[in-house]
This record gives sequence, structure tokens and C-alpha cells, in this order.
Amino acid sequence: MSMSETESVAEIKERNKELIAEVLQVYPEKTAKRRAKHLNVHEAGKSDCGVKSNLKSIPGVMTIRGCAYAGSKGVVWGPIKDMIHISHGPVGCGQYSWAARRNYYIGTTGIDTFVTMQFTSDFQEKDIVFGGDKKLSKIIDEIQELFPLNNGISIQSECPIGLIGDDIEAVSKNKSKEYEGKTIVPVRCEGFRGVSQSLGHHIANDAIRDWVFDKAEGKDAPAGFVPGPYDVAIIGDYNIGGDAWSSRILLEEMGLRVIAQWSGDGTLAELEATPKAKLNVLHCYRSMNYISRHMEEKYGIPWCEYNFFGPSKIAESLRRIASYFDDKIKEGAERVIAKYQALMDAVIAKYRPRLEGKTVMLFVGGLRPRHVIGAYEDLGMEVVGTGYEFGHNDDYQRTAQHYVKDGTLIYDDVTGYEFEKFVERIQPDLVGSGIKEKYVFQKMGVPFRQMHSWDYSGPYHGYDGFAIFARDMDMAINAPVWKMAKAPWKGAAQPKLLAAE
Amino acid sequence: MSALRQIAFYGKGGIGKSTTSQNTLAALAEMGHRILIVGCDPKADSTRLILHAKAQDTILSLAAAAGSVEDLEIEDVMKVGFQDIRCVESGGPEPGVGCAGRGVITSINFLEENGAYEDIDYVSYDVLGDVVCGGFAMPIRENKAQEIYIVMSGEMMAMYAANNISKGILKYAMSGGVRLGGLICNERQTDKELELAENLAKKLGTQLIYFVPRDNIVQHAELRRMTVLEYAPESAQAAHYRNLATRIHNNAGKGVIPTPITMDELEDMLMEHGIMKAVDESMVGKTAAQLELA
Repeated sequence: MSMSETESVAEIKERNKELIAEVLQVYPEKTAKRRAKHLNVHEAGKSDCGVKSNLKSIPGVMTIRGCAYAGSKGVVWGPIKDMIHISHGPVGCGQYSWAARRNYYIGTTGIDTFVTMQFTSDFQEKDIVFGGDKKLSKIIDEIQELFPLNNGISIQSECPIGLIGDDIEAVSKNKSKEYEGKTIVPVRCEGFRGVSQSLGHHIANDAIRDWVFDKAEGKDAPAGFVPGPYDVAIIGDYNIGGDAWSSRILLEEMGLRVIAQWSGDGTLAELEATPKAKLNVLHCYRSMNYISRHMEEKYGIPWCEYNFFGPSKIAESLRRIASYFDDKIKEGAERVIAKYQALMDAVIAKYRPRLEGKTVMLFVGGLRPRHVIGAYEDLGMEVVGTGYEFGHNDDYQRTAQHYVKDGTLIYDDVTGYEFEKFVERIQPDLVGSGIKEKYVFQKMGVPFRQMHSWDYSGPYHGYDGFAIFARDMDMAINAPVWKMAKAPWKGAAQPKLLAAE
Repeated sequence: MSALRQIAFYGKGGIGKSTTSQNTLAALAEMGHRILIVGCDPKADSTRLILHAKAQDTILSLAAAAGSVEDLEIEDVMKVGFQDIRCVESGGPEPGVGCAGRGVITSINFLEENGAYEDIDYVSYDVLGDVVCGGFAMPIRENKAQEIYIVMSGEMMAMYAANNISKGILKYAMSGGVRLGGLICNERQTDKELELAENLAKKLGTQLIYFVPRDNIVQHAELRRMTVLEYAPESAQAAHYRNLATRIHNNAGKGVIPTPITMDELEDMLMEHGIMKAVDESMVGKTAAQLELA
């Protein structure tokens, strides 16, 4: 049961501020000073959430962040299904990023698609000492021989590549020439660069610009591609649990043609075709705003952010996307909204009574710390705390201006300790974060959903996704198991004890 | 014999480290000491004068060919030269690729694990140029060289390098047993060279172990890929190297924790000796032609 139900906004703000002060007390003075800048209570009307972001995590705390390699290989490049992505360096990074982030795809793995496979140069001591470029050349040759239907190769740099100065650009150019202009993309996403996976997204975006777009310059559109008036590209949807598919059908039903998915279930040809799109629709702003801005500047393609979590935001987004097109598409958007209204009403009728008033605390990456808030609200739930793993100030601006309520607890790059304390004191009905956090909170007796992988469920995007989302949240919160999480000897006397404290 | 002594020669590139160290070690061998030279320069020329040839079979090249360093035997890499001096070269990548520093670490670990230091009185490490990264600092870490000898001259940059190396030694002296054995001045016939070398040694809290005079006989011997000790054992230069060897031998346990100085102090020192005029800020960055005009 949430504490906030009985409190006024002023009381909540007061309580949250005290909570932040209490959490900071355990840190050494310098650490407390630095962490204080990342924690705040949202004040309605402010242009951002009042926290610093995109700064180095403090050594000694448990941060939830990843690295630049994770941002490039794991997020942006990994889902491109018809290319082979080489984890260049020692075997560990490749091993631990094997099998991807549940980026669903269609194809025959190992024949024409490769997402869940893992390719690595498996550095040994001699490769560090003498350089890994010869080995890299050999791997590319072997890939060509063993997987002749691959449409391109990317080289994802692990830390040592930047230290020993392997010339992966030269290898890429030479091998590209040798294999008749094959697309081979060197990516300088060494893990030590930047403060989180965020720089890896940027580096990966830039690699597409420099090694895919610029390469295709002056050439015709990909074979068989005829541009149309309603061409759009889905940018920043990684098709986790099929998210991009349940989004794509809505765009198609309203009359648009989706010519590319970046990058869930995407192909190299789709990347190459994107500069011909009429509009880029951007879901994960954080990881792909860079390439969207580039396409706007260079090819004059406008881009539009959207949110496909929950019927309210979906309807708003469909109308916004349609506003870039003619009446035919605008009518199409209304038709789609109307078509799914009955389904949405049924979902809400079923789950809202079971979830009404329940509170949620989130800590995720990319767009989700704000984007899913609308979906919870559609179910009558309230997000009382949220934060970004690797957000920048523009994320917090969007969060403040369009999503969070007055008094929401905000925690940037939250540490393990802070998150635990916050949840312990606020006692939300649900926590949404990642696998590393899941068992900590479940053992505290707090229902939990993984909001990176959708806890092996999904999709959560689109109208179809919302039905699954609602079911999953109900399943987590109303599971009978939580009734058994209280020790029997702490029965009826408990409220009295608490009051006496 | 007494316990194993491990020493290392450092110094600016081109200063004559390898030449000085090989001649000195040849003299030590002459005195009856059993010696192992570990070349830690990717160019693999630290043992050329002892072996009369550049070592072809370096640890790292053989390891790369065999698969990994675990596949090597000590006999594969150890060569015996003049006065039964044992020689190994770490080797490394060609310039511009890979990580030579990691190579040094790999090689030294291999030698230790495979008993290269048994039945030896002296191990000498010959390390390239400056301490540029952790790998090249390997010989001065704990349980490696006890004394470091810095080869230098009266040239500004050589003294600068000597000071930098002292900083490296200072760092590891705090956590381990490494000490600065002293400076060896390899004469370049610059102004007031002996005086400067002695003064720098004093500033660093150490001593000038020896001042090796310049003599062309060193070049004559080198052209024949020999040490002076072997080429002209009766020469005056050979006697100098014997003296240096004796001093190093008697210097056991007398190394110090260095007291490196700042760049400004180094410049002050040059001014003190009249090598450099007091820095007139208006002169900085001016060419000779510009100064003449002014």
C-alpha cells in the first residue's frame, strides 16, 4: 500500500526532500555533494527536473550504467539482422553481449540473419602485443566464406583496440575493396569512452553517417526501391519482444509506408533507403536523435518524436505523425484510433479496477523513464519516482514538460544504495527496472517488472502491446505470492508498532 | 656467490644505453660474474655486441609463431655470447602497431616463470628511451631491478629524461624496493658536462657513478658488433668500463630514493652553470634570425 495515497502534494514533496537528505548522509562529504546534484523533487512548471545528468559515475557506488561498446554493439548495431557484428577484442565483452536484447527478427539465423550469433576476434596476448589487424582481416575472410549471405560487417571496438591503436579503418577499407565495395563499418566504441552507453549510441550513429550514408552517396537508391509519397522510417525502435512490429502495423493501417526499421528487425538496405523517407518518426530520442538531426540537415527530412505506450499517447502520436501528411493520412489516423478504441476500452475495463491508485517507481534507460508514464496513467496508476541511467538534460526537459507530476522523486544515474532506500521508504506497489535490480526488490516484498527486456514478455508498444502491458502489470502487482511475503508473527500488531516508532 | 643482483639501464633514446650497458656487463663477466641480459626494446638490439649479431629469435616473435608464450621453452630464446653472457631479447611489434609495453610484461613474466634467473649473479634489463607506459616500468616494479642506472649526458634533453625516469623510480620506490643506483654520464663533450652531471646527480639525491669519456674506439668496436672489452681489451676505454663495472659492483645496496626536480629547477640549474642565460621572456619562441633583428 502506497504512502502517497493519503498525503497531499506538499507533504509528498517534503517527505521526498527529507528522504534525499537522509540518503545523502551516508556518503562522504564530497560524494554527497556530487550526488546531491542528481537527486531532486520535481516542481511543476519548471522546464527540467532540476538534476544534473550525463556526468561520470562516482567510483565505489553501484551504478546501473553500461559502456560505449554496449551502446553501439548492444543497442544500435546489434539488431541490424543481415550484417555480422564483430566484437573486436578479448572474448568477455562478446560473451556477455551474446544473444542480444530480445531484438526479435525474421530470417534464418546463421544463413541470412545473425542477430543472436556472436562473432569475436577473441584477443590473445600476442594480438595485444603485435596488434589485432591481421587477425581482423582473417576473420572477415572467414565470415565471407562461412556466411556468404551476410550483407555487411561492422567492427565493434572493445577497450584494448583504442589502447593499442589497431587501425580498423584501414582494414575496413582494404577488405571493402577486396570484396567489391562491401559495406564494412569500423566503430570506435571502446568501452572507456564517455560516461555511459550514451556516447556509444552517438558514435554508432556517426558510423552510420560516415560509413553507410556517405558511401551510398551519388549512387541510386537500393535496387528495387521506388520512393513514395507516404514513406516513413521508424527510428529508435529495437523491436524488443516485437515492439517495432506492433508499431509498424499502426503506421501502415493509417496509410503510411514504413521503409525502414532502426534498428530492430532492420537491414542494411533499410538504413541505406532511409535518406529517401518523407518523415523520420523517432521513438528512442536518446539513442537516435543524432542521425535524425543529421538526416534533417543533410537530406531535409523532418523528424517527429512519438510515444506508442498506452492508448492516450498512441492517439496523440498518431495525430502528430499524420499532421506531417495530407488529409488521407489524417483520416487514416482517426480510423486507426477508432478501430482500436473498443479493444482499449475492454483492456482498461478489465485491468483498471485491479490497478487503480497503484504507485510505480521506475529506473530505466533511453526513453522509458518518461514514455511509459502515460501507459500507467491509462490504467489509473501513478508514477511517483523516475530516473534515467544515461539521460541528458534534454531528456529531463521532455520529462518535466510532458510527463511527470508535481512532487515526483527524480534520481539520475541512481546508485544501488539510493534506489534501495527510496523504495524501502516510499513503498511503491511496483518497481520497474532491470535484471540487476529485480531480485533486490522482490526480496523486499515489492512487485517488480523488468522494463528493459519486458521481463521476457512484450511487445509493449502499440495497441496490441498495451493489452500485454496491462496484463503483465496486473500479474506482477496482484500475484497472490505477495500476501505470503509477510512474516506470520508480524500480523495485526504491526500498524501499532509503526505508529509507536 | 651472493644473492642475485638485478639492475637496469634507462636513459634517453640514442644516449648509448645499450653500448654502455653491454661494455659494462662484459667487464663484470670478465670479473667472474655470471650474467643475464634482458633486452626490453622492441628493436631487439640490446645484446648485439655480446652476440655479434642482432638476436633474431625474440621471445615475442617466437611466442606469436608458436601460438602463445606458454608454448615456448627457455632454451628457444636464450643465446650465449661473449664471456658466456646469457642473452634474451623481448622483441615486440614493428613501430605503429600493437602494444610493446605489454610485450615487456609478458616477456619478463615468462623468464621468471621458466627459471631464467637460476645460476646467475646479475640480471640486467636494458629498457628503451623513456618510461612511456606501465609496460616499460615493469623492470622497476617490485621484485625486479633493485638499482637503476641512468645513462645521460650534458645535453638538456638527456638530463630532462634522467629527471623523468627518476620520477618513475620514485613512484615505485614507495611501494617496492627499487632504488636509483646513480647516473652514468656518457660524454658528449657539451659545455661543463662533468660539472652539470655531478650537479644533477646531487639534485636527484644520488651520485655520478662514472663519467665515461668519449672515444672513437667505441664506434670501431661497434662496427664489428663487439664490445670494446672484446675488440681492444688493453685499451684505455676498456679500462674505463672496468672501473665502471667495479663501481656498480661495489654499489650493491647503496641505491637511493631519488628526489626529482621540476622543469623550472632544471632550467635554473643550467643557468647556474652559465649554459643558459636567464630566461628573457621576450626571447621565447623567437628564431635566431628574429633575435638578430631585434
